[in-house]
Amino acid sequence: MTDRALRESATFDRATIRGIQRAAETGIYHIRGAGAKRALPHFDDLLFLGASMSRYPLEGYRERCDTDVTLGARHASKPIHLDIPITIAGMSFGALSANAKEALGRGASAVGTSTTTGDGGMTPEERGHSKTLVYQYLPSRYGMNPDAIRAADAIEIVLGQGAKPGGGGMLLGQKVTERVAGMRTLPVGIDQRSAARHPDWTGPDDLTIKIAELRELTDWEKPIFVKIGASRPYYDTQLAVKAGADVVVLDGMQGGTAATQDVFIEHVGIPTLAAIPPAVEALQGLGVHREVQLIVSGGIRTGADVAKALALGADAVSIGTAALIALGDNAPELEDEYQKLGSSAGFYDDWQAGRDPAGITTQDPELSARLDPIEGGRRLANYLRVLTLEAQTIARACGKSHVLNLEPEDLVALTIESAAMARVPLAGTSWIPGAGL
Amino acid sequence: MGVLNEEVVDLHVSTVRELNSALHKAHDGEHWRVTNPGGAHNVAVGIDSEIDVVIDGHVGYFAAGMHQKGTVTIEGSAGTGLAENMMSGRVHVKGNASQSAGATAHGGLLVIDGTTGARCGISMKGVDIVVGGNVGHMSAFMAQAGRLVICGDAGDSLGDSIYETRIYLKGQARSLGSDCIEKPMREEHLAELAELLAAAGRTESPSEFRRYGSARTLYHFHSENSSAY
Ligand SMILES: Cc1cc2nc3c(=O)[nH]c(=O)nc-3n(C[C@H](O)[C@H](O)[C@H](O)COP(=O)(O)O)c2cc1C
Repeated sequence: MTDRALRESATFDRATIRGIQRAAETGIYHIRGAGAKRALPHFDDLLFLGASMSRYPLEGYRERCDTDVTLGARHASKPIHLDIPITIAGMSFGALSANAKEALGRGASAVGTSTTTGDGGMTPEERGHSKTLVYQYLPSRYGMNPDAIRAADAIEIVLGQGAKPGGGGMLLGQKVTERVAGMRTLPVGIDQRSAARHPDWTGPDDLTIKIAELRELTDWEKPIFVKIGASRPYYDTQLAVKAGADVVVLDGMQGGTAATQDVFIEHVGIPTLAAIPPAVEALQGLGVHREVQLIVSGGIRTGADVAKALALGADAVSIGTAALIALGDNAPELEDEYQKLGSSAGFYDDWQAGRDPAGITTQDPELSARLDPIEGGRRLANYLRVLTLEAQTIARACGKSHVLNLEPEDLVALTIESAAMARVPLAGTSWIPGAGL
Repeated sequence: MGVLNEEVVDLHVSTVRELNSALHKAHDGEHWRVTNPGGAHNVAVGIDSEIDVVIDGHVGYFAAGMHQKGTVTIEGSAGTGLAENMMSGRVHVKGNASQSAGATAHGGLLVIDGTTGARCGISMKGVDIVVGGNVGHMSAFMAQAGRLVICGDAGDSLGDSIYETRIYLKGQARSLGSDCIEKPMREEHLAELAELLAAAGRTESPSEFRRYGSARTLYHFHSENSSAY
């Protein structure tokens, strides 16, 4: 190589150039899994202050710091009690293998938390292995069966996802096997589209009646969640509460997906950090903060992320991508196989393609068999325990005997952007950009 | 009127919640009558036994929603989402139905003597729907399975993005949606249509109908089809 000063363009960087070449070669947009890859203001831009002269910490190993949370007591006669405020997000059988769904159920149940179904209905594997199972009620209504709703512990009406607010779903033909197609009443092997809009209601007034219908079906027993992709969280939260939701699930743009257009993932929706304060403000304005629970998802990776989301006013968080990684997604041991697929451990995001060497995002029987649901469940339970211990560590340092006692006052921001979005002061100052405007 | 041993629930006196809760506890073979429905929403939602329910008047949204097994007869008209996601059994509306009648329904027979609004049979997944009158625009949108019989006319974009549902139309469609085409009426189609018409108590002859279904060109993503999306 000659010693020319090669300079990569910031506008036309290598990924951008490759994107143009790919489009020119294939004539179809790039579909992939996982969430937004661009750098965004996130929980990393916040810090906890910890105890000091005026705040007393709790003893790390002696004084209790509780983590339990109750969801759905507003209207449901059988609310859900979770031991930890970290739930497993809705991911469909179809997108995930049956073994992966079972592993999620085993891991979550081992630490006393819930899992969630997804597009395509409820499988016996996940019902059987999940102590607490939330049933997703989606626009496609694939596999939607009132018996499944009756068998669930809560119902989550999905309006959107952070990765694609305003988008429907897709499941490419490779994953539409006989079992998946049968559950969704579709021909085997087609590129399946899921509707973006619910087929029988539009708008908040209709949603009120829809929620009432689901309550009637279940004799007002089960909590009803409403999941929204973060775009207009203040209004969406207000309207969901007005429509009668017991729980609002708010998914930011970093949230993972099984298969979505890259342009959608990267350019629609707002970051998780920016979405939480408006949602909390809406709940507080209606006088229902903590009565209607807020579950936040989209880019939760560590106990610090959990603690920060709770401090900003969430009642619980939900994880998708991190749970798959805990099961074995992107494992370095699979490097050779990722290479063969044109990817690499740490980069693999072709969750739409059905060739997952880890056996998680696939319907191929041989690949799926690689994931041992018992071992996967053990790994997920370990990871959830670590998240919980980390969140407790931070909460104790801030003097809180329950992780839900964390509050915005415990936080400062590292950047002006994150200070404005999270509505906490820039570290070392009392300045909250935008406050009082 | 009235049947021997009929349970009567008057919605002037009882709430919808009391009605539904009673219907969920009902036993096979029972007869129920709902009086003064007054356009209430969510009437007779979630029935799951072989009971026979007659509703004396008009109902609002989601009447007989997620219905299983039994029979519901509505002696009036129904609002949005009639019998949405019904699984089995029979729902019969003597009047008209609003939008999204039979949406996503997986099985059973839905009969509407009158006319429906938009999106009749949207995303239907195995139900049979027989409409005596017309259906509104976007009916059978993304319809996956089951049969939709329309004795009147259809609005714009009938069967848009349809999968494997078979549509039988006696009148005219204002327009067909993406990937929906007319298909030949073979013997087996005439036979199944005759059965459906008979089951719905209709007197039309199968030979008066034409059949529509999926051209199946949108089953796989191809950029050449981008104008259809
Ligand atoms: C493989 C996969 C499948 C998903 N399927 C669904 C789904 O069926 N319904 C839904 O509401 N969200 C779905 N999601 C989104 C998750 O419920 C959740 O919002 C998201 O994963 C949270 O962000 P995180 O991945 O950063 O934790 C899926 C996500 C993944 C990664």
